[in-house]
Amino acid sequence: MAREAEEPDRRDFLVLAGNAFVAVGGAVTLWPFIAQMNPDAGAQAMASIELDLAPVKEGQAITVLWRGKPVFIRNRTKEEIATAQAVALDDLPDDKARNDGLPESDPALDSNRVSQGRENWLVLIGICTHLGCIPKGQALGDARGDYGGWFCPCHGSHYDTSGRIRKGPAPRNLEVPPYEFVSDTKIKIG
Amino acid sequence: MEHHTSSYEPKTRRARWWDERLPVARLMHGQFIDFPTPRNLNYLWTFGAILTFVLAAQIATGVVLAMHYQPSGAGAFDSIEHIRRDVNYGWMIRSFHAVGGSMFFLAVYIHLFRALYYGSYKAPREVLWIIGVLIFAVMMATAFIGYALPWGQMSFWAVTVITNLFSALNEVIPGLGTVVVEWLWGGYAVSGTTLNRFYSLHYLLPFVIVGLVILHIWALHVVGQNNPTGLEIKTRSDWVPMYPQAVAKDSVGLFAFLILFAWFVFYLPDYLGHADNYIEANPLVTPPHIVPEWYFLPFYAILRAIPSKLGGVVAMFGSIAILVFVPWLDTSRVRSAKYRPVYRWFFWLLVITCLALGYLGAKPPEGAYVYWARVFTAYYFVHFLVVMPVVGILETPKALPKSITDAVLGGAGAPKTAAAAPERR
Repeated sequence: MAREAEEPDRRDFLVLAGNAFVAVGGAVTLWPFIAQMNPDAGAQAMASIELDLAPVKEGQAITVLWRGKPVFIRNRTKEEIATAQAVALDDLPDDKARNDGLPESDPALDSNRVSQGRENWLVLIGICTHLGCIPKGQALGDARGDYGGWFCPCHGSHYDTSGRIRKGPAPRNLEVPPYEFVSDTKIKIG
Repeated sequence: MEHHTSSYEPKTRRARWWDERLPVARLMHGQFIDFPTPRNLNYLWTFGAILTFVLAAQIATGVVLAMHYQPSGAGAFDSIEHIRRDVNYGWMIRSFHAVGGSMFFLAVYIHLFRALYYGSYKAPREVLWIIGVLIFAVMMATAFIGYALPWGQMSFWAVTVITNLFSALNEVIPGLGTVVVEWLWGGYAVSGTTLNRFYSLHYLLPFVIVGLVILHIWALHVVGQNNPTGLEIKTRSDWVPMYPQAVAKDSVGLFAFLILFAWFVFYLPDYLGHADNYIEANPLVTPPHIVPEWYFLPFYAILRAIPSKLGGVVAMFGSIAILVFVPWLDTSRVRSAKYRPVYRWFFWLLVITCLALGYLGAKPPEGAYVYWARVFTAYYFVHFLVVMPVVGILETPKALPKSITDAVLGGAGAPKTAAAAPERR
């Protein structure tokens, strides 16, 4: 065959260009059909919420809904704070702070999980980092697990009084959402 | 059998006219009337027909339910009660569908263990087996998203727990799991948006299963059915035509199965469900004890047995994926465990393991339950990865009958010690 002399020939080019056209065109067409499943504009409009913490007395906790997720706010007792602060980093399965307001590399010290000067207020996304159940420990009569914080009944994860994972299958500490105190008792989440 | 030809003879002018243009009748006649079936099939072989029936029934009842169901976070829960109380015969049709899911799995597990016992996955039936595993996987997906639709507490939290499995990808590439999970949810938590897409897929996937079942039956009709001896059909006396023999036997099996099915539908419609699913979905309260439907319990036990999130997820999906490799993990020269004195014990140990995992999956994840879940999870994988290859090599199988006919008629004239003809692998 005479054509073999001039490989790659024009036919090879046409086949390659044609296939590339189909691949790119296919991907471009497919993308809207995949992206439509992502959170829509309504869900993305992440309304921040503001609330007054004055009624929450020491030792009490409240749960509020933010972006469809429960947020735990606990007014910790002196003992709970002391226990949380006394834990050595080596005893923590997850040694990262998991605080959305801090850099990712910060260690999981209790001081990195709360606001400076407001150590009694612990604000957490109340979703177990294992498979998304809501841990127990908000209501007064709840089981709080072996470490006095929260206990996830689904698969047995124990969290301490800083919301850090201590025992069980959950891989990460409970997440601290972005929040700020807009006044002494008012908090804004988001 | 690929070389088998249809004995179809069009009897009328109209039938001839069709036969020359689209020979569907000829195809069906060849595949479902003349088709050679081993003469020694037992009742475990009726489950293919039973499963085909249950799939058709699920689609029929599902289409009807879709006429009355409201796929929205606000309306779903109430519309189920509306179907049960107000819609004419809705109580019955909804029970047929809900119980039907359980019956589908009951039948598929019997079908699957039958294939494992008699070596139906061995050459040349590997593709047939793998398509079967695929059907099982799509079935599980369909059942899981279908369970979400009543939008009760168990629905909601089952969706939350299972979709969160994908967040384990965060341990592979940070952030990937979150992206995938939020894509599945269409938000930052499970919501009505999630319910709508699940409803769409729950209507789609059964038809994917229908497509796979057609391929499954096609592959079966190319290689022919296995049978209790594990021998191939060799002579005319080894087989009988599918109609009437196999069809009659299938009908008896099907009706026996339907008695059980109907007993649940009419007398125990909620027995296989969970009371918590009659509480409307509430994103702020997790039920004290989340359990999946009974047919997922062994896999749930494996998930919880591993003390690492990613590890548990990998083990759970791995426990299904490993089935794909069974044709190559089994090194035995003999198909049927009937002639495998050692492997047979291990087979029953696997059955006990799966039942035990099912029991443990329903128990809270603490103390001795976790310990035993780990023991049985370990055996589950050891069975496929160690027992199947090693026993296949070390074991001396019993002498095989000379043929299917011999096995049925007692091998009249042939001494029992006749050299066994190990099947070509």
